[in-house]
Amino acid sequence: MPAIIYALAFTGGFVIMSLELLGGRVLAPYFGSSIYVWGSIITVFMLSLALGYLFGGKLSLHRPSLTKFGIIFAVAAVLLYPLVYSAEPAMIFIFERVEDPRYGSLLAASLLFILPTVIMGMISPYSVRLLVASTHESGQVAGRLYFVSTMGSALGTLATSFYFVLWFEMNTILTMLALALLLMSAIALTAGNLSSRDRNETAGQTSNW
Amino acid sequence: MPNQNNTASMAAARPTLLNLTRWLLLTVLVLPFAQPADARIIHRERSLYSTILVDQRGNTLCLQFSVRKDQRNQTCMDRSAPRKMVFPYAKMMMLSLLMVPEPERILIIGLGGGTLPVALNELYPEAKIDAVEIDPAVKTVAETYFGFQENDNMKVILKDARVHTKRALAAGQRYDLIMLDAFNGDYIPEHLLTREYLEETRELLTEGGVVAANTFAISRLYDHESNTYRAVFGTFYNVRSRISANRVILASNGELPDMAALAAAGRAIGPSLAPYDVRVNDFLPGFSTEADWDETARVLTDQYSPANLLSNQ
Repeated sequence: MPAIIYALAFTGGFVIMSLELLGGRVLAPYFGSSIYVWGSIITVFMLSLALGYLFGGKLSLHRPSLTKFGIIFAVAAVLLYPLVYSAEPAMIFIFERVEDPRYGSLLAASLLFILPTVIMGMISPYSVRLLVASTHESGQVAGRLYFVSTMGSALGTLATSFYFVLWFEMNTILTMLALALLLMSAIALTAGNLSSRDRNETAGQTSNW
Repeated sequence: MPNQNNTASMAAARPTLLNLTRWLLLTVLVLPFAQPADARIIHRERSLYSTILVDQRGNTLCLQFSVRKDQRNQTCMDRSAPRKMVFPYAKMMMLSLLMVPEPERILIIGLGGGTLPVALNELYPEAKIDAVEIDPAVKTVAETYFGFQENDNMKVILKDARVHTKRALAAGQRYDLIMLDAFNGDYIPEHLLTREYLEETRELLTEGGVVAANTFAISRLYDHESNTYRAVFGTFYNVRSRISANRVILASNGELPDMAALAAAGRAIGPSLAPYDVRVNDFLPGFSTEADWDETARVLTDQYSPANLLSNQ
């Protein structure tokens, strides 16, 4: 089970940074590629992750399970995918109403990226909760998780900027990111299902004995 | 699940890493060897968007946006003959006047040292000229070192070109002549090279209006960019020069005039271009409508535009 959680954390890190990098490309046709466009994107991602950490920690207090962890990934995928078809109309809407490209890009980045990124921010604290068995090892577990997820972020950044944009259209990459989240969700749900069945069987046997 | 440090360091790294690399290159590698003894750098600045260098060789002032020596675009001005254009690409851009001899509204994307807008303002004092420049520092340098000055008919708009194009379209503005000269430094703004951007640019042209684009003649980008212009404008004039690595695209929002018409226009306006050292007859043999590129290369779009990666291949 720990291996699965690490794999999920890695994927989460990968998708977040790949998405952030693509954010600049999504916004450029309407708001340009001035430095404040990057400022908007980074601000929105930082704020969303901050909120996600808070919500993820809170959620981990109530009967944490691999199944719920898998649901987080499914929700992230469902919130990320609409970028493929709704980014354009959303940006047109904002472009027509906000003249200043600083606030236009900040508003557009918020509208497009807050929801999926908040959900992905929840992955971090939730996976710590699933892995930590004792206070003694909690620091080490958290350290390992940050290592794995940040490696995912590094690879997501590199793969997207060096290769994906050269091989694929942007919407193809966004679809692949959503599919990766869905795949990890399916893996977590399956594993969660199996382990709870195991627990039930063990419990059943114990009562029989 | 990147923690805060991860994303935050990336945020900080984007501008600073680039600048740091440039600074290192500049001081360690380039400076000791870069300039001949009689040239000196009189202004150096790392602005938000590029490294701006002004160097002086005798009477010639040059503006560069890169410390790289293979750097394509720079603006030079001979102070003893300030109107004379030094680089072939600037002269090739001026040849767009053969296709639109009396422009009333002109848009120039990328100010540089202001050579093109200043020449056009002299030639057509009544024409309205908008020069769009993303970097405020470039405007200051053009004013301080290259004698550029705004006036009632010639304005600089400090904006991203794509944003200006969309806003101008929405406001119902149109131009008779649009010059695209935005690719000055090491970094190509990829959103200014896509089919969608060129479609917006074409829409911004009056009927029969002309676009002149200073573009890439080397690397795989040449093929991709050529096909992208073809996709939007159909056949265009490809202007190349034996003495320059640049290529200028002249395309029309209407029917492309034939070579006889261009030669006739050259005879008519040739004398007025002479003070800028633009000798039309030197360039006419370099006009072609033939595709001398790989026509299977993918068209660049907002969805697919890895221009910086392609320019290294």
